[in-house]
Amino acid sequence: MATTLTTSDLVRQSLTSRKTDRLGTLLAVALLVSLFCVLGLLVTLIASIVAQGWGTLADRGLEFVQGALNPEPARAGVYQGIIGSVLLMVIVVLVAFPLGIGAAVYLEEYARDSKITRALTANIRNLAGVPSIVFGLLGLAVFVKLLSGLTGGRTVIAGGLTLAVLVLPIMIITASEALRAVPTSIREAAYGVGATRWEVVRHHVLPVAAPAIFTGAVLTIARAFGESAPLLLAGAIVGNFLSNGTMSTWQVVTEGNYTALPIIVFNWARQPQQEFRAITAAAIIVLLVLLFIVNAGAILLRDRFEKRAIRG
Amino acid sequence: MSEIIQREAAPSEAPSSPPEVWHDFVLDVRELSVYYGDFQAVRDVDLAIRRNEVTALIGPSGCGKSTVLRCFNRMNDLIESARVEGSITYHGVDLYGPDVDPVEVRRHIGMVFQKPNPFPKSIYDNIAFGPRIAGFDGDMDLLVEESLTKAALWGEVKDKLDQSAYALSGGQQQRLCIARAIATNPDVLLMDEPASALDPIATLRIEELMAELKQDYTIVVVTHNMQQAARVSDRTAFFTVDVRENGQRTGVLVEFNDTSTIFTNPREQRTEDYITGRFG
Repeated sequence: MATTLTTSDLVRQSLTSRKTDRLGTLLAVALLVSLFCVLGLLVTLIASIVAQGWGTLADRGLEFVQGALNPEPARAGVYQGIIGSVLLMVIVVLVAFPLGIGAAVYLEEYARDSKITRALTANIRNLAGVPSIVFGLLGLAVFVKLLSGLTGGRTVIAGGLTLAVLVLPIMIITASEALRAVPTSIREAAYGVGATRWEVVRHHVLPVAAPAIFTGAVLTIARAFGESAPLLLAGAIVGNFLSNGTMSTWQVVTEGNYTALPIIVFNWARQPQQEFRAITAAAIIVLLVLLFIVNAGAILLRDRFEKRAIRG
Repeated sequence: MSEIIQREAAPSEAPSSPPEVWHDFVLDVRELSVYYGDFQAVRDVDLAIRRNEVTALIGPSGCGKSTVLRCFNRMNDLIESARVEGSITYHGVDLYGPDVDPVEVRRHIGMVFQKPNPFPKSIYDNIAFGPRIAGFDGDMDLLVEESLTKAALWGEVKDKLDQSAYALSGGQQQRLCIARAIATNPDVLLMDEPASALDPIATLRIEELMAELKQDYTIVVVTHNMQQAARVSDRTAFFTVDVRENGQRTGVLVEFNDTSTIFTNPREQRTEDYITGRFG
């Protein structure tokens, strides 16, 4: 039987024969498991923090956010930490963004492809992997001691500069990659109508790369936001900041002590009293919410950039 | 395998045309060789591009025709390893002279690329960018309209000038690129396979456009498509790949003549083989 198979039968056979792709299925399952592992860890972490800290936030609410530091856990707040962290971010944005983007534009658009350029790029990549505590030492030696005339010693400026240097390599790398992703055809088109190098970069390369550069910048901010080790070395303390009523804002920034949310978390977590557990978790929640707000704002901004880049 | 083919300058072979004088050559190429690092991409090319004509550069892949074209507006300067020997004079001025600014060269010698590459900006801004950076202070709206009209695109886009150029079709994008190139009022238009990414209808429109544009501009076009060269060009330069015994492949110019002569009565066997499809 089945002596004559028509073409259509043969085709049907070859199209419908379903081999079991065991390895493929296994791989898919493994991938799914790894995804759940990561998600599970994250959810556990957040859940435990929220469980510990929610009570404090629910009871004290704004009072916790607006309250000053206090050795008494029941009255301690994180206001100074928020202000400190925000000030640090402002300095990071002001310093690391222009320097990082500038360095990346130079490396990608201006520098010739020489041994020196390649060595520089390799070194920048290595710098990105240097532990943050090392940058803290640098901050202590350079910004706190050496340049104390400029930064005022252990001030928020010294801390901000330290964080800026810390994220600079990451900033340069992400910006470089964003620039490299801009199609050559756009550069050629601009050169073709008689644009100078700067006009090509300014009018065509940077606008196209802007969304990706921005994404990188947001990640670097998030990194800097959560750092505590370098700040501990670069002079952040718990207390005093903003509490001296006789100082003007400018004096506080240029002369006064400072603190930041991660420093408060670090400090409270070391306290032996049980009560500090809850407010530590609450401070972490505040930190996470702030990070979330920064990220969300950045994404909104980036979308606007993207639209502008396409619409012209 | 093959020695360099010497050839005459075109004038003596065109008895019907009046005696040529030197300044009718917009671009005069002498013994041009181009290297990428140690690799010689093109060897000893001699060419003369005449005013208000379409000159086609044809030949198989890797024969260096695009490389030669990109020397004319110093686009090869953007490739770090590229090096040019020999001379290219533009109206008698050495294009590679020490005082020559490549940016200025590109304002005189515009370029249209193989793949349509509009800026990711509005149609209007695509046209206006070149004039703007060149310091144009006249009526920009008028210039945009004129450029688009010359590129046979005005009717299709006049109501959506502020829309993204990316919303146009491939053929429209390429005509936009042509409009962009002529907006800076260049003297010469270089076209690097301008229709190879387009469908036949869009290709035809580009070809018609070239025939019109040569009234105002001198055009040099690189094409893979021999029928296209036959249809649009006045003169044709046929390049091929010369393979040395050590395996090095270099582009050489085989024959340069009136298009009709190249296609009906080529002097070189290699030219005939190529245009009759017996190449390789």
